Parts: sequence; structure tokens; C-alpha cells
Amino acid sequence: MDRMTLPPEKPTSPIGKAIPRKEGPRKLTGQAKYIDDLDFEGLYGITVRSTVARGKIKDIQFGQGIPWDEFTIVTAKDIPGKNYVALILQDQPFLADGVVNHPEEPILLLAHPNKYVLERARQAVTIEYEKLTPVFDLEESLKGATKIWGDDNIFKSYLLEKGNIESIWSQAELIIEDEYHTGAQEQLYIESNGMVAVANAKDGVTIWGSMQCPYYVHKALLPLFGMSEDKIRIIQTETGGGFGGKEEYPSIIAGHAALLAWKSGKAVKIVYDRAEDMVATTKRHPSRTRHKTAVMKDGRILGMEIQFIIDGGAYATLSSVVLSRGTIHAAGPYHIPNVRIDAKAVATNSPPHGAFRGFGAPQSIFALERHLDQIALKLNMTPEDLRKKNFIKDGQKTATGQTIHEGVSMEALLDRALKHTDYHAKRKQFTLDNSQKKIKKGIGFASFMHGSGFTGSGEKYLASKVGIQVTGNGRVEVLAASTEIGQGTNTVFSQIAADALNVSSDFVEIFQPDTKHVPNSGPTVASRTTMVVGKLVQSAAIGVRQTLQTKGYLKESYSEEELRQACIKYVKDNGDLKIIVEYQQPPGIDWNDDTYQGDAYGSYAWAIYVAEVSVDTTTWETKVDHFLALQEVGRVIHPVLAAGQIEGGVAQGIGYAIYEKVRWHEGRMINGTMTNYIMPTSSDLPTIEVLFEEVPYEHGPRGAKGLGELPMDGPAPAILNAVAMATGQQIKSIPLLPEDLMRASL
Amino acid sequence: MRAFVPEYEMKTPENLNETLQILARHPGEWKVFAGGTDLMVVFETGKLSHKKYLNINHITELKELLVNEEDVMIGAGCTYRQIQDNPVIHKEFPMLVDAAKLTGAVAIQNRGTIGGNIANMSPAADTPPALLAYDADIILLSTKGYRVLSYKYFHQAYKQADLRPSEIIMAVRLKRNQGMTHDYYRKVGTRSAQAISKVCMAATASVNRQRKIEWIHFGYGSVGPIPLRAIRTEHFLFQKELTPELIKEARKQILTEITPIDDIRSDAVYRREVAGNLLVEFLESIKV
Amino acid sequence: MKVEFKLNGKEVSVDAPPMKRLLDVLRDELTNTGTKEGCGEGECGACSVMMNQELVNSCLVPVAQCAGADILTVEGLGTQEDLHPIQQAFLECGGAQCGICTPGMLMASLELLNKNPNPNETQIREGLAGNLCRCTGYMKIFDSVKKASEVLK
Repeated sequence: MDRMTLPPEKPTSPIGKAIPRKEGPRKLTGQAKYIDDLDFEGLYGITVRSTVARGKIKDIQFGQGIPWDEFTIVTAKDIPGKNYVALILQDQPFLADGVVNHPEEPILLLAHPNKYVLERARQAVTIEYEKLTPVFDLEESLKGATKIWGDDNIFKSYLLEKGNIESIWSQAELIIEDEYHTGAQEQLYIESNGMVAVANAKDGVTIWGSMQCPYYVHKALLPLFGMSEDKIRIIQTETGGGFGGKEEYPSIIAGHAALLAWKSGKAVKIVYDRAEDMVATTKRHPSRTRHKTAVMKDGRILGMEIQFIIDGGAYATLSSVVLSRGTIHAAGPYHIPNVRIDAKAVATNSPPHGAFRGFGAPQSIFALERHLDQIALKLNMTPEDLRKKNFIKDGQKTATGQTIHEGVSMEALLDRALKHTDYHAKRKQFTLDNSQKKIKKGIGFASFMHGSGFTGSGEKYLASKVGIQVTGNGRVEVLAASTEIGQGTNTVFSQIAADALNVSSDFVEIFQPDTKHVPNSGPTVASRTTMVVGKLVQSAAIGVRQTLQTKGYLKESYSEEELRQACIKYVKDNGDLKIIVEYQQPPGIDWNDDTYQGDAYGSYAWAIYVAEVSVDTTTWETKVDHFLALQEVGRVIHPVLAAGQIEGGVAQGIGYAIYEKVRWHEGRMINGTMTNYIMPTSSDLPTIEVLFEEVPYEHGPRGAKGLGELPMDGPAPAILNAVAMATGQQIKSIPLLPEDLMRASL
Repeated sequence: MRAFVPEYEMKTPENLNETLQILARHPGEWKVFAGGTDLMVVFETGKLSHKKYLNINHITELKELLVNEEDVMIGAGCTYRQIQDNPVIHKEFPMLVDAAKLTGAVAIQNRGTIGGNIANMSPAADTPPALLAYDADIILLSTKGYRVLSYKYFHQAYKQADLRPSEIIMAVRLKRNQGMTHDYYRKVGTRSAQAISKVCMAATASVNRQRKIEWIHFGYGSVGPIPLRAIRTEHFLFQKELTPELIKEARKQILTEITPIDDIRSDAVYRREVAGNLLVEFLESIKV
Repeated sequence: MKVEFKLNGKEVSVDAPPMKRLLDVLRDELTNTGTKEGCGEGECGACSVMMNQELVNSCLVPVAQCAGADILTVEGLGTQEDLHPIQQAFLECGGAQCGICTPGMLMASLELLNKNPNPNETQIREGLAGNLCRCTGYMKIFDSVKKASEVLK
């Protein structure tokens, strides 16, 4: 649909207004039904997992004292179709068949009507292994001495080149090299994963569950059962947070529940408890980044060589695309004439790492923004002057050769953020005070951008579809597979559709994501829902209005009541009215998958985050005292939801920086409880101040861009830059716990 | 829920006397269960090996908090909430209020009891360091009568204490007017709330006009197998003049007295460093 | 064992193993699924309910200890048509995102405002510190509690 047909925004438009969250009342009264809340009759399912990191399964023993004949037991042999989780590669089995490649790998499934008996049975299964040499360390995997995946342990490599990096080293006045590390991070949605399945040959497979991407689950179950598309139906129930953690893993749980349902002939529910969810499901990829930078004494960066390595765990899953986003963001919002980024995702014998808000970018941006502060120090420049020398400006090209023309000035954003936080005065004051005090204060910042939507040609290949249908009672319903997981999809879609129809948002209903009834609008990931899918919602709504008008049911200008009557009359006369629109790539976007050059993203959100910290040298604890998040995100559709996304992301970023450490032992997380995996409480976080700048993006609905992942990128480098200011310690690894800061300082 | 719930028993005796009778009749068969904030966590993981519990959470004699002229008697069943709300404890034993406020958060403080905090015998518990620094007594009760024990002798080894199967902890006794003029409580936890301590120190002291130390007690958590009263460091400091040199020496002394370990929350090196720093922070804060 | 208590103002009677968690009794026996399980170890507060006018983690309360108790859950707070002022404030201020911590967060807010009708930000932070939220970063929850305290005054 053409933009021209969108009427100018009226003062009554819900766009930009803080309307109540669409599903708010049912969530606030305990009436929202999450997967474990549904009325359920059937069997409970449970997963028996590997206790070793790598080995051959020699024997499975079913212990004494359990009425095994009452159980449904499923192994790899019971799989009716293909035993792989369809995603990108086909290397991960639903159930280990002969070999295991990571701790907690699913081996067999049990179902029983009694939860307590079931748990006892799980503990009574003993599996014997012939152990194989595992690899737990990213460096060891890179060396390739022990091969655990493919020929070389490498899931994916990219080599991104701009200019000629080799020509530049001799011209540089200074070459600065360093290495940075980031740890794994648990998504820690408060609703753990869960699925209910019904499966039989006649009706096919139906799944209800907590998920971000119904069509990913759909895709994964097709080969598992070897059924036709219409026989597999996936329904998203209310979902208690995702953050990427419910992007790919739910396919596995759905498959497991379906296999048990298939064999038992009964409905089966699998709901993970917290301990299982934490140890068995995905985490953010740990990373190691090496920077070698050619600079001039005046601060100009001539070239950057970056080696970016992520640890993918035992199977390929989404590592290649996580690596891609991390690689593209590795050179940041700077104009660097010569760049080489050598990126690899490698295998280790840990549970596969997966999607988590930011998707590779927080890792590479942490390295870059810490590195720039170190360069500034070595050049005896301020961090802000160094960045101002190198910020990318409209008309200049990114590392992938994308010409930026968004009308956003990073320099102006930086000035605003520093002024707002009284940065210069504080820096002076803290420097003065710190030598006298046991509690050292610091202030630091990070500058970054984050691409909205799928990378490169991703959106074109996805070819997402959205529908809007008119109901017989005179309302319109949005049909999309984009899920509400707390971030506000329902509310934002209703605003966008209502704006296009010139009605209030109450007029618009959101259809529950259900693959039987909604088209595939793509996964709910990659900061794409508002910008990409929202644009389709807008187009479909325009289509509804135009159809009603062209067919004479609606005048050129109309009241809400007139639209209601028009809808009722149309349905009465003609039956359903359903408009489905498909994504069309905006003109001027060009991406080459082979060279990895071109327009990596349709647009970017731009940000400056400023952190103020205190470090208590008695205990080496770091506390964030104040946090400013200033960003340009295009048009803000809903100010409260948008700020809520930023605040929540910053909170996760603060956790990533100084609290949340996954402790590993032989590939297994050993602190998999909420007591020992430390996410911040309300007493730990500072006031998080959120400021927006709005430069409308012409291809987003009413100018909106994506913003969901952005806030994950900036906190860690901003905080560690502030810690460096406070203590003089150049910490290059996160999470930074008091123990680490003590060791660095003593 | 990983426990086999149906195999656990819980019965609710009418009163204190009946509770003691049951414990005396079958020593070790039944264990008492108060606010449940520790036991239920273990239960959930399927690792609660004992299966039979006597619910004592309703027993009013254990919930009394008596302020006498000489002492304050805190019934073992008093919750962290009750402790925080008591004005005399607030005024005279503020470290106990700090400890209570830093144990879990509101919902835990409403249920968890001081008796439970002691009986759970965790070296990382938050109230024991304060109780040790106040030189508290505990009162143990069985059908045979009372037993009063200085709390510093209660804990014996990891998860072992001077508590017989037929006994329950009746109360904690805090002596009033002991004359210490300085106190210090600091819990260094994994975060600001809902945290388990990495190191915790409570201390009380009195120093005369000549800066001579006339009273000094240290209670430590998470630096060894039991909540530690640092008696050797106390002896070292007692009757000495508080000087910067002495503080340095005391720091060395405390490091010989603690035996921290590496675990899932921290490591021994950090614990030693911080245990020493807290001691220094306290002693340096003493102004005459 | 048979246990009788009051749930949201109504007398109820359940037959359950004595150590069954109040959380499970509410959800399984009494189909009050508004109360959520987040961690099962008293850490996240998603299962918070009021028991005898005090906030408790229902995952840490064996049902045997509920005999004669007065329990209030989110279902007893307000309805979708008639929200309690705290629920209304959360709706207006963006205090709920994914909604899974919300029932417990509402209960913790109720406890806080019952005991301290006019809390400052530090007191709000302390009052809610046992209720983990992964979506909001808590800022909008603080706004919600402040707003509720103004309305309830």
C-alpha cells in the first residue's frame, strides 16, 4: 500500500499517546491465562537430560520402585518424522540419539498423570555414558585440536572489509590493541517455559504455549512429524516475558510435549521449573573481541581490525545470525575509512547459546566502547572529543558500506546527554574528591546505534504478512503472528490500526496468535515488530478503509459510529472482509549476502547512555547511582511503553555489567537459581532517566523505528567506562563483580 | 516442585507442652518447623531428607518479645518483622534491626523467625553476627527444663550445634546496659536485597578517653563453617590503645582467625580481604 | 489432611498433603491461577499473597499452616470492570508489562501502602525488593505505587 493514502495525523489519533495497555486489565486482575493457568486434563511430561558434557550413550536403566508400566516413555526411536530441530542448520536433535554433546541435553521423555510420581521417576532413570573429550573454552575450540562440531568447530565465519586495512598501519601515529570479554547471561523471564500438546494422526498436532515466534515452532514441528502445514497448529498463550529466551527454545519443548502426546494419545503438558529452565535453555553468547586500531594523535581513527568470536554452545541454532548482528555493530556509529572484521561462532560442549535482546550487538559494542575510552586515554583526549572526531555523519558510509541519511546528529545527541547529566562538572568534582575518599565516583558514557529489523535481506526473505479483518459486530481485528510478550505489541498495533482508520484504539481488537488463523508476520524479535510489522498493520488498515470507501459503505470523512455501521453492513452484504498485506522492501535498500556489503538495516536507532557510579573500596562493590538513556528512535508511538522498554533494557544491561554471572562447571550452569544468579532488585537499580529524540523514519508507521533491543547495548560499556574514571582500573571483561575489581586493584 | 510431597508429614501440636512431649517421646523422629523460609526452599529442590515436622508457628509462648529491666527476651518464634517493629530493640540493639531488615525482603521478614535463623545453622545467616557481637544467650527448652547457653558456644561445626533432639530454642536473651558505645553491622551480599551474604560483620566496642579499648566483640558470617565470634582478635585488642598501628595489626590478626572458602557466591581471597577491611572500617570509625 | 481457611473473604476447605505449598493449593485445588510461580524458592515474589494481613511467599507456606488463616490473592483485589486503585495506578503508569510478576507486585504494594500510606522512593524500593521484575526496570512500578498512594490518601 502506498503511503500517500494515509491521511494526515489528527489530534485525536492515539499515536504518541499513553493509552492503557490493551491486555492490562486481565493481567492486573490475575485473569490473563498463561500456559500453566489453562484448564488442563491429561498427562504431565518431564525431560530426562544428560549428566555429561559429551559422550556416547551406552545404557539406560529404569530403576526399582517405579510403576514404569504407567508411564509413557519416548526416546529418539519414537520420533515419527525427522529428529532435528528445523531452524537454520539441521544439526540439533530433539532427543539425543546415541551421543550427547552438552550437559542437560534431552535424552528421553516421560509422561504420567501424577506430577510427584513423575519427578520421582525422572530421578530413577540412570544413563551410562562412554565419555568423550569435551571442549568448554572458546579459545580451545578455535584451536580445533579436539573436534566437536564439523571439521573445525566453526558454525559460521564472516569477513567484513571496507577500504584497505593493511595499507593503514604504516600511516598510523599510534596503534592500540586490546582484548575484551563478555559472559553468558540468562534471559530470566519470570514465567518459565511451558507447552501443552495434543497430537494424533487424524487431527494432527496442536500446541499451546509460552513463546515469541509461533511460526518458528510451526516450522520445527513439520519435519518432526512429517505432516503437512495445515496439520500443525500453534497457539500462543499469554507470555510472561521472553527477551529472546522464547525465540528458538520453545520449539524443542513443543516438540517434546507433542511426542509424548502422540505416543500416549492424551494431552501432555510440560512446564519447566526454574531450575530446569535456567540450566537447560539458552543464554546470551559469551564473547571475546580483539581490537587493533590505527589512530592519529588528533584522534582520527584511520582503521580498525576487529576479531569477534562468540561461543555458540553445542549446536548451531541461531549463532550465525547472532554473529552477523554482532559483526555489523562491531564498528559502531563511527566513520572508519578502513575496517576489517573477522568474526566466528565456535562450538563448545555447553547447552546452545541463543537469542537474547541485542543479539550479538551488546557483546561487540561493549568491546568497542571500552576500547575507545582506552584510546582516548592514550591520546590524552577526552572520551567525548575522540568520539566527536569520528562519529558517522549523513552521507558517510558504515563498515558495511551503507550510506547513512537519517538526519540524526550523534554529536548533538552527545552534547545534549552530557549537558543533561552535568557531565563535565561532575567529572571535575569526582576527580577532585576521589583521592580523598574510600567511595570513588565516576561518570562515563557509551555511544551506539542499533539496527531495526532483520539484517540485510532478512526482511525480504521473511516476506511477512499481516491481515486485518472486519467483524460482524463492527470492529476490526489485527491478524498477526507477532506476539505480545510484555513489550506492548497489542497496544501498539491497536494504536497504529486505529490511527489509520481514524478511530479510537478501543475499536481495534488483536487476534490471539494462532497459526490456523493468523498469517506469518515473522518472528517477534530484532526490534522489528513496531517498525516492520506495524507498517504492515497500517497498510492493512488503510486497505480496509479504502475497500469500504470504494465499495460505497463509507464516506470520505466519517465518524467512528459510521465506520462501525459500515463494517456491520459490509459483512452482512458480502461476508468477511479480510485484507492481507505482504512486506515490500522499501526502495533504495541494497544488500549483498556474499560480500556482506550494503544496507544492513533499513534504519538505526541512535543513543548516548551516561552512567554515574560509586565504587566502595572497602568491599569493591560498584553501584550505579544514576543512569541517563538518551536515544533517537524515530517517532515514539507510545511514550509510556517506549520508556518502559528502555528502562527494562537498561536494567538488564546493568545486570549484564555488574551483577549477572553464569557460573560454569564442565559446561553446566551451577548457579541456576534466582538466589544465586543475581539479577537486580528494586533496591539495586538507580533512577533510570529516559529521553527521546524523534526524527521520523519514512518507512516506519508514522515514522517509528525499532527500540526494543537498543537499551541492552549501552549500559555495560557506559558503566565500565565510569568505573575506569572512578578507580583508574581499565576493566575489559563483564560481568564485573566486586571480586574482579578487587583483584584488578590490589 | 521436586519433592515427593505426599510422603511428608506435618502435625500441629496444641501448645508448647505438647510439642516438648512429642520431642521427648520420640527424640529425632519429629523436627520443629516455624516460618519455613529455609526448610521450604530445600523441600522444593527435593533435598529435604527429614520427613516429619511439628508445626510450631502458632505457639504464642514462642512469639513473645519481653522487655525486662536487665534484658530483652526475644521468643524464638518472633519474626524479623516483630524485631524491626520493637522500639527497645531499635534503640538498644540496632544491629539486630539491621540484620532483620537485610534478611530476604518483606515477605521473608514477615515469616522467618529468629529461632529458625539460629536453628538452620547456616554460616551465612544474617542475625547470628549481631547476636554474637551483643554476646547474646540462648534459652533451650525440653521437658526436663531450661538450659541457658551463651550463644557463642552454640555453633560447633558446620551445621552442628549444641542442640539436643528433644530440645527447642525457646528464646534469645540480650543483656541490656552492657555499656558498649560503638556498634557496626555490615552485610556484604550479592545484591542490596534478597541476598545471601558473602561476608558479614557485626561489632561492638567501648573505648575510654585515653583510647583504651574496654569492650570489643566481633561476630562474623560467611567466613568459616559457623557464625564466628572472633575471640582471638578481641583478646588481641582488649585493653590496648586504639592507634592506626594497632588497627593494622588487628587486621592481620583477624585473617588468622577466619577460614573462608570459595563457593558459588564468592571466593576465599575476597572474603579475607573484605573481612579485614570491615574490621578496619569499624575501628577507624571509632571517635573518642 | 483437611484444611479450612478464608480465601478472598469466602470460607474454603481443601483436602491436601500437609506440606503441599499454599501456592499449589491455590492454583490446583482452588483454581485461583492469578498467583504465579516464578522460582519456587521465595526469591522472586511472584507468588506473594496476603496471609492474615501480612505479605508472604505462598511457595514457602505449607497448607497445614493455613488452617484458620485469612488469605487474600489478586483475585480478591478488584475486577477488570472495577479495578482496585493500586491496579488502576499500575494500568495508568505502565507498571505491568508481561504481567507475570504483577499479581505479586500488587500484593507487595498493598502491604506497603497498608503499613505506610505515604512512602518515599526509598521505602517503595525496600517494600518491593522481594518482588523481581525483569521487564520494567521497576521505574514505572515506583510511579504506579506513588500514584496509588496519592489516590488512596
